[in-house]
Amino acid sequence: MAEYKLNTPLTDEDIVQLKAGDVVFLTGTIHSARDAAHKKLFELLDAGKELPFDLEGSAIYYVGPSPAPPGRPIGSAGPTTSYRMDTYAPRLHSLGMKASIGKGKRSDEVKDAMKEYKGVYFGATGGAGALLSNSIVESTVIAFDELGPEAIRAMKVKDFPLLVINDCHGGELYVKPNLEAAK
Amino acid sequence: MREIQAADIIEAVAKMCVKGNTELPQDVRNKFEQAMAEETSDSAKEVLRQLLENADLSMETKLPLCQDCGLAVFFVEAGDECKVVGGNLRELINEGVRKGYDEGFLRKSACDPLSRANTGDGTPAIVHFDMVPGDKLKISYMAKGGGAENMSRVTMLAPAQGWEGIKKFVIERVAEAGPNPCPPTILGIGIGGTFEHAAKIAKKSLLRKLDDTHPDPAVAAMEKELEEAVNSLGIGPMGLGGKTTVLGIKITMEPCHLASLPLAVNVQCHSQRHEEVVL
Repeated sequence: MAEYKLNTPLTDEDIVQLKAGDVVFLTGTIHSARDAAHKKLFELLDAGKELPFDLEGSAIYYVGPSPAPPGRPIGSAGPTTSYRMDTYAPRLHSLGMKASIGKGKRSDEVKDAMKEYKGVYFGATGGAGALLSNSIVESTVIAFDELGPEAIRAMKVKDFPLLVINDCHGGELYVKPNLEAAK
Repeated sequence: MREIQAADIIEAVAKMCVKGNTELPQDVRNKFEQAMAEETSDSAKEVLRQLLENADLSMETKLPLCQDCGLAVFFVEAGDECKVVGGNLRELINEGVRKGYDEGFLRKSACDPLSRANTGDGTPAIVHFDMVPGDKLKISYMAKGGGAENMSRVTMLAPAQGWEGIKKFVIERVAEAGPNPCPPTILGIGIGGTFEHAAKIAKKSLLRKLDDTHPDPAVAAMEKELEEAVNSLGIGPMGLGGKTTVLGIKITMEPCHLASLPLAVNVQCHSQRHEEVVL
């Protein structure tokens, strides 16, 4: 298992070297979006309108942070479960998104899209929201403010700790449950 | 009739919401440490190390343990000989939730099921009332996150399926959920009652301490057997593999209809946040 320090925007070269199980410390700007924000992004895409951020080389973080208390840029900010964004991810990969960040399993369609468009799925530790917020140095709502915790935020991250769950070569880190042993 | 003042209820509920979301209970912390000693894989140890560091940081900064501060779920046991003065108990609990989630900078996660519009203040709380003997009012709070709740299921088994059928359903549920509900999880299992009652007792089971033993030795043995079986799935912390897929399994069993065997599996993430107060 290798360790990489990567910066946004991510390139094809950044992605193809990654293998499931590698550790990545990501620095740069990532964008938060979860269920409601994805729906709105797709409404913009379908209407042929411009998106609030550039998808090329982007990393989307599936997160709805808790409110920022005084003196901190953001509240707790750990990943939400990714499968709910599976219907959206393939099209976003086809339009330049390089990485999604979340927790939990992805569909075959998302895995295929990562192979086709050179994308990666990163896992962040679920339920470690306070700890992960330490790697977010700045957070600004850039779209859909009315969605509250689900608004799209531009987040500046420094050495954000990630694990490659699915790489662009078909590799996957999650273990298959051993149903035989559990009988 | 013993009187309990409205303001005391609001204050107690608000405090539980804040404390519950920022202080990991000691029994959960103990389980993390125990699991860390037993795990042999580096990834499993690393996840547990991060969760312990997260708990320390949360305690120190008062940032919530998890950004998903849950729907606020309450179990209320009201003594026959006590009386709430100055307001309606359900409304007072909601008021306490508004206050706690606002003052504690907790995420408000309640929304309209179809429009998805956020209600804005964390309410309505989900409140289950029970009447008990005595003059005390016991309120238990649980922050129930969406990720683990989504992995929960209720099913109506045929009586012939029995314990083997129950085991099979639980094991397959955990296997199918895999890494999604933030393992190592805690399972609240409701066996018996009716369709909705099984779900309710499954959830209430999650209020038990992880290190307790069920008072009925037969049920205690069932919990142990199921825990060993589920942990042999090997899913491990965050689904990265390991011995610790569940931190505990808590079963509540109650009589049911001759024709039925209701079963509810309520999945709780490792961020097992709950508090209780007796007024």
